[in-house]
Amino acid sequence: MNGTRRRRSHLAAAAAVGSLALVLTACSGGDDEGGGGDATSDVDCTAFEQYGDLEGKTISVYTSIVEPESVQQTDSYIPFEECTGAEIEYEGSREFEAQLPVRLQAGNPPDIAYIPQPGFLASIVADYPDAVVAAPQAVIDNANEYYTEGWVNYGTVDGTLYATPLGANVKSFVWYSPAAFEENGYEIPTTWDDLLALTDQIKEDYPDSKPWCAGIESGDATGWPATDWLEDVMLRTAGADVYDQWVTHEIPFNDPQVLAALETVGGILKNPDYVNGGLGDVQSIATVAWNEAGNPIPDQMCFLHRAANFYQANWDPSLTVAEDGDVYAFYLPGQSADDKPLLGGGEFVTAFADRPEVQAFQAYLSSPEWANAKAEATGQGWLSANSGLDPDLLQSPIDQLSFELLTDDSYTFRFDGSDQMPGAVGADAFWKQMTAWIGEDQSDQETLDNIEAAWPAS
Amino acid sequence: MDWFIHAETVGHKFALMLVAILLFVGVMGAILFGIDKLKKVPTWAVVAAFLGPTLLFVVFGLVYPGLNTIKASLYDAKGNEFVGLDNYVTAFTQDQFQTVLRNTLLWVVLVPLVATLIGLVYAVLVDRTRFESMAKTLIFLPMAISLVGASIIWRFVYEFRPDQGNIQQIGLANQILVWLGLDPYQFLLNQPWNTLFLIAVMIWIQAGFAMTVLSAAIKAIPDDITEAARLDGLHGIGMFRFITVPSIRPALVVVLTTIAMGTLKVFDIVRTMTGGNFNTSVVAYEFYTQSFRAQNAGLGAALAVILFVLVIPIIVYNVRQLRLSEEIR
Amino acid sequence: MTNASAPLPPATLVEPEEVDTTRKPSRFGRVDARASRAARKLSSPWASLTAIIIAIIWTIPTFGLLVTSFRPRSEIRTSGWWTLPWNPGLTLDNYQEALFGSSTSLITYFVNSIVITLPAVIIPISLALLAAYALAWIDFKGRAILFVAIFALQVVPIQVTLIPLLSQYVSWGIAGSFWVIWLSHSIFALPLAIYILHNFMKDIPPSLVEAARMDGAGHVKIFFQVLMPLLTPAIASFAIFQFLWVWNDLLVALTFAGGTTDVAPLTVRVAELSGTRGSQWQLLSAGAFIALVVPLIVFLSLQRYFVRGLLAGSVKG
Repeated sequence: MNGTRRRRSHLAAAAAVGSLALVLTACSGGDDEGGGGDATSDVDCTAFEQYGDLEGKTISVYTSIVEPESVQQTDSYIPFEECTGAEIEYEGSREFEAQLPVRLQAGNPPDIAYIPQPGFLASIVADYPDAVVAAPQAVIDNANEYYTEGWVNYGTVDGTLYATPLGANVKSFVWYSPAAFEENGYEIPTTWDDLLALTDQIKEDYPDSKPWCAGIESGDATGWPATDWLEDVMLRTAGADVYDQWVTHEIPFNDPQVLAALETVGGILKNPDYVNGGLGDVQSIATVAWNEAGNPIPDQMCFLHRAANFYQANWDPSLTVAEDGDVYAFYLPGQSADDKPLLGGGEFVTAFADRPEVQAFQAYLSSPEWANAKAEATGQGWLSANSGLDPDLLQSPIDQLSFELLTDDSYTFRFDGSDQMPGAVGADAFWKQMTAWIGEDQSDQETLDNIEAAWPAS
Repeated sequence: MDWFIHAETVGHKFALMLVAILLFVGVMGAILFGIDKLKKVPTWAVVAAFLGPTLLFVVFGLVYPGLNTIKASLYDAKGNEFVGLDNYVTAFTQDQFQTVLRNTLLWVVLVPLVATLIGLVYAVLVDRTRFESMAKTLIFLPMAISLVGASIIWRFVYEFRPDQGNIQQIGLANQILVWLGLDPYQFLLNQPWNTLFLIAVMIWIQAGFAMTVLSAAIKAIPDDITEAARLDGLHGIGMFRFITVPSIRPALVVVLTTIAMGTLKVFDIVRTMTGGNFNTSVVAYEFYTQSFRAQNAGLGAALAVILFVLVIPIIVYNVRQLRLSEEIR
Repeated sequence: MTNASAPLPPATLVEPEEVDTTRKPSRFGRVDARASRAARKLSSPWASLTAIIIAIIWTIPTFGLLVTSFRPRSEIRTSGWWTLPWNPGLTLDNYQEALFGSSTSLITYFVNSIVITLPAVIIPISLALLAAYALAWIDFKGRAILFVAIFALQVVPIQVTLIPLLSQYVSWGIAGSFWVIWLSHSIFALPLAIYILHNFMKDIPPSLVEAARMDGAGHVKIFFQVLMPLLTPAIASFAIFQFLWVWNDLLVALTFAGGTTDVAPLTVRVAELSGTRGSQWQLLSAGAFIALVVPLIVFLSLQRYFVRGLLAGSVKG
């Protein structure tokens, strides 16, 4: 409740400042600011002096993040707004990906957009070179200082840095019930073979349940969790280098190594002995909502569910997400204990204006000050790849584990492949064909051939 | 005057709303009264005055974008290079396009016919009964729910749970199957019936529209006619067939056409319920995915043009009806 | 629209057309007919049964969602809504969260929805009435082709108009205001409005209009005294249709106005209820019912205009 009230009072103050600034642009809004600043007067403004005085300036931000998560976003801008006097006009929409190109083409871009896919970023840079603005020096400096080269590269198109990472997520996780594991004496597997051995063990111990549960239904994005499966397994069976070639189409989509990976995935997802605990048969994977697929775990109808760290929001609120709690996740093991590929994703802050206040806000979003403010504002369910982020501020065990893996050099990080591919593949054919692969029992070869055929010629 | 463009307070918003209404109604009223006051205005001037504003609107907002689309359909994905009919070739040779076309035809034939039939039968059955108002509200209800809302409702009805252990069904359709001693069924997955289950949702929505319009038309049938027919011994189905249906024929044409046009364009149901998977896609949904997700403007435009073409039979039908009614006069 | 509620002049205008003697008996006759029909209905169990079955099929899914909207999240997932008698435990949490969970008051969205919807219904009706009148009752060359062309424009998907229209609005500097939403909705509504109004106008016996013309009535008089009263059901039908369309629209509002709280309608909020990744799905049921209230009130209050159509319609044929 406290958080809510503070948020309200701040928003009211911000609205007051905003309307005043609009109506009385000439007058100083500074007097008014004192009133709104009370709630969070403990903000230390020294780190913000570099941005200068941005009183009366407005920055519009357009994202795919909506309430309730957007409140955590806007809360994290408060220090910036209070110290510089700028106002952030936030707009989130679940139709973001369809709407952004429309706005760009119509000449109505936001100042800043958070783009969730490097592939989408690349196509925007290619299609709207006049609209998108390269990152200013302060942002480049932050990117090089706080992010690994890999993450910087995801925001780089043709050698120019356009966007810096905002949030990050880790997808190489398998959710399980620590209690069920303890009860049966199951060990967390550390190699792929261990994982399969564990699967068989569960199958024998619980003939009425199934070891795995999965669901890939997600409205018009149905199929994406299956693409994550294939990518995660590609990293394990073919390795990160081949993965990169596959993502950039240096090797065809239906390369034999991809086929091998898909067969491995099929060994679990299309094996009627392994799926789909409490949810149906193999086909049911295609119609089970991705955010409900883990539900049978607490009832021991299934035991393993591969999903990203952000799956934690989907557990029933009565369950504790912790290593000694009701549900938790372990790292999806590699071929050997030393082979540690890590699949993940994130959003990228892209600017469509080069006004000083926009550049200042871009710099703020790439700084550790913001990452920490965001972590504090969030509670649970967020992390960043920013190395300046203070891990102690992360409040959920799974967020802490994710951050630990992200910043651990022994793990090889790779960004979600479908997010890097052209839209016709990464946001269409790949999803659809993987769905047909499960829902219509389409063969491995035909699935990959169809996706290869959809790859744009140029 | 900033509020005139960017109204922020509730008062300003309502004031602006009134201004807008008065402005447009006032202008149209002024045109009507102005023409009336000026005696001896040539016909073309009257027509221009009455139709001018409308034409201005639709040329700007529909004709120009429509022509633009036809042009874009001849260009590549980014709209830079002329590719001739390549996009159409792609569309028609696309793997499952035959299915998409077949589904679209199923939608556009079944939805108007069934929805109108149910709406008509229901309107006749409840006409002038004691519960008429209540009964009509019930059928109208689905109309008032957005397409996405309706899709959510029906996804819930079709929800599948396996027949396993003590798992309970949470979707009504499958629960009824289980009560009848049958196995639960994957309504949205199993082809080819899944398309029919999606079409059922659109029928469920549109029957309310048909019922509303047709009920008004039925009430407009002069009592003398029905009385005379009754004296001639017509009752029940005979009355329905020989008096009710012919009397409301123009309204039937309007209802069938309007629903068919709406059905051609609708993609929210497919989008929300199956995402176009399992061979349930329709042309409108393919158009949407190509234009806004795959970022292939050319192919998307070509699919939109295919929609334009699909509507031609409906136009021809209406033109014939129009001729027919003019001949009757 | 205010004209529709003007006192009913058609009776006076029309009376000479009708044979005077048949009129009064028919009034009485209607009451009798009504009574006899109602009686017949009761005696026809199949008809009643059919009506009841249709009503049940049409209501149950919505009713299921209504029950669901009051159930706690964990129960929605594990048991059907029809098990309510065995699983009592209703909660207002979903409504609480849907109504007050947002950082912006839901009232703001309601106000925006109303401000968007009323002009977006009235403006196209006022434009379409004149256009349909010209197409139906003024003889000029090419009117059939013009009518068919306008009618055919119904098929242009709104999605193809987004970029051309938005580009114009941006260059005029009015993007993001109510004006562009009203303008866009009016444009999209015109073909259907003209189609419906034209066809109903055509349906009015030409003798009525010609008789009025003989009497020296101008356009204003024909329009308001002859046509309008007979058109009330058609206007009401279209008004309801357009009202629902605009009230439930998400695409136009998002594209032309953006989702900022200054203009965003209720649908924008409802679409976001389930959260960024859909984890709050249980709120959608409550949201759907909150959004349903106003359209339902509008339908119930417009229903009497259909009854008035009964009076007006009785004179034609």
